[in-house]
Amino acid sequence: MSRKLLLENAHIPGIGGYDVYRQHGGYRAVEKALKTMSPDTVLDEVKKSGLRGRGGAGFPTGMKWSFLAKPEGVPRYLLCNADESEPGTFKDRFLMEKIPHLLIEGMIVSSFALGANTSYIYIRGEYSWIVFILEKAIAEAYAKGWLGKNIQGSGFDLDLYVNPGAGAYICGEETALIESLEGKRGNPRIKPPFPAVRGLWQSPTVVNNVETIAAVVPIIIDGGDEYAKIGVGKSTGTKLISAGGNINKPGVYEIDLGLPVEEFIYSDEWCGGIKNGKRLKACVPGGSSVPILPHFLVSKTANGDQRLMTYESLSDGGFATGSMLGSGGFIVYDEDQCIVRNTWNFTRFYHHESCGQCSPCREGTGWMEKVLWRLENGQGKMGDMDLLVNVAKNIEGNTICPLGDAAAWPVGSAIRHFREEFEWHVREPEKCMRGNYGLVRESKTALEQLQG
Amino acid sequence: MTISSHNGTPFNYSPEALAEVQGLMKKYPEGRHKSAIIRALHIAQEENNGWLSIAAMDHVAEVLHITSIEVYEVATFYSMYNLQPVGKYVLEVCHTGPCAIEGAERLIAYIQHKLGIKTGETTADGMFTLKEVECLGACGYAPMMQVGEFFHEHLNEEKMDRFFEDCRAGKINKGTWKMH
Repeated sequence: MSRKLLLENAHIPGIGGYDVYRQHGGYRAVEKALKTMSPDTVLDEVKKSGLRGRGGAGFPTGMKWSFLAKPEGVPRYLLCNADESEPGTFKDRFLMEKIPHLLIEGMIVSSFALGANTSYIYIRGEYSWIVFILEKAIAEAYAKGWLGKNIQGSGFDLDLYVNPGAGAYICGEETALIESLEGKRGNPRIKPPFPAVRGLWQSPTVVNNVETIAAVVPIIIDGGDEYAKIGVGKSTGTKLISAGGNINKPGVYEIDLGLPVEEFIYSDEWCGGIKNGKRLKACVPGGSSVPILPHFLVSKTANGDQRLMTYESLSDGGFATGSMLGSGGFIVYDEDQCIVRNTWNFTRFYHHESCGQCSPCREGTGWMEKVLWRLENGQGKMGDMDLLVNVAKNIEGNTICPLGDAAAWPVGSAIRHFREEFEWHVREPEKCMRGNYGLVRESKTALEQLQG
Repeated sequence: MTISSHNGTPFNYSPEALAEVQGLMKKYPEGRHKSAIIRALHIAQEENNGWLSIAAMDHVAEVLHITSIEVYEVATFYSMYNLQPVGKYVLEVCHTGPCAIEGAERLIAYIQHKLGIKTGETTADGMFTLKEVECLGACGYAPMMQVGEFFHEHLNEEKMDRFFEDCRAGKINKGTWKMH
């Protein structure tokens, strides 16, 4: 049984409201930080904790905070990235729905550390009911003196607002998020300048994921050293994993980093094994962007070590035989799933979500989608796999933001590990479309059958 | 998405909505009130039968003291804004990865069959519009769809039948973007 730092109280009835949250120790981190610590000592604790960005990149949070420029007389901003849109990822939603005050508490402590007096939570527009959950919790926090002027007599002021998006994966990229928050299209900015120097309204800005900001609360209460005792090496603390796909128990789990992947998939405490007694075929451990792992690389790394849920272990072997922890969007595929179709599906997603600024991404994602569609529909050519790899390579690294890379990696890895299945689609188009491997035909047939 | 070629009927926010949008503008520093645009458009769409006409967008521009083109730029970028008229209930069915492997494609086929429309179309009685959308962050509860401000999860054919009945009986709550 892993300990829970974030979701410990999530099941308690009424925890979404201020009173119950406070009764269970809520806002202790704010009290401790504002009354007994300075912004720099809060930063030191976060550095000591080893906390890394939980949105996907895994960049050390303390280091990110320390980059924030602090010119005199210029406001600084903390933005919470709640634009959770990476396919497979639904952990931040769970946290915000169940225990919104935890995020607000984390925002207050983090804003204090950064010297931000105005902060925003940018949440994807589709989570619109959560906008109102958060705003209700924020109103309670204002009423109880945790937000506003001179918080708890500390002299620290903070205004906190919620800003919704309106349907755009790209706004999870931090500079696109800033553009969107400024009331514009979510087109990522060229970096440098980095947001830490010129972000929201050209002011120094830090953008952190929901889970990252929430994790600051236990770090301040227990101390960074305590937090760092959990986990393995540079993967410290706990991580929310949202598990989906062909497993018995999909859902959001808080794990200690370092849990063996095999245990996570098969233990009844977690995913509970593969649904319908089927076998594992593949796994995408960190959201759709990260390389897919074939079954034989899921439990063990290429050199035979046990694969762990850590930043390092999941990426062991590089992209040749590894993947990434990413956002914690854990997708499991059983033996019946078609890798070609799944790759096409993901590529359609990236094509749809490309903002269109950079030609390699705008055009490349569309070409990959078309080639994958023809492979899946029995019109593929043997040269298509090399073509796809070529297009993917020409996108990767050639775009303003990482969406290009995120679109390229699933394609490259699927062909690297499942080339035979792609070739089989070319060699046996009929068989593939008749069997489970041709879900397109199945759904067409389903519609035809329904129409009699 | 393309903006509708006709202006739509004249649009003005209701007095409450106008007051709310003016309140939203104050959440941002002086001169930065353009940031209220995304939510202002959500509210305008809700008050304009679920879509953003040119008239609605022009009104939002006027209220926010910005040019119409700034509003069109934003409205055409984000997928939640409908730029053509829609039915009373807009079914936004997720078709991305995890939903797809849990049966989203069959579900979409079923909805198409039941409603007699293709994706992107509206039923003749103006009740339903079917949209296929990308990942909505409910991968563990697949397949799913969004209708108004709420998610409908773990869907299957029976649940869809019940959903259609409930819509016709006026029992489905679409939620609201307005303060509540």
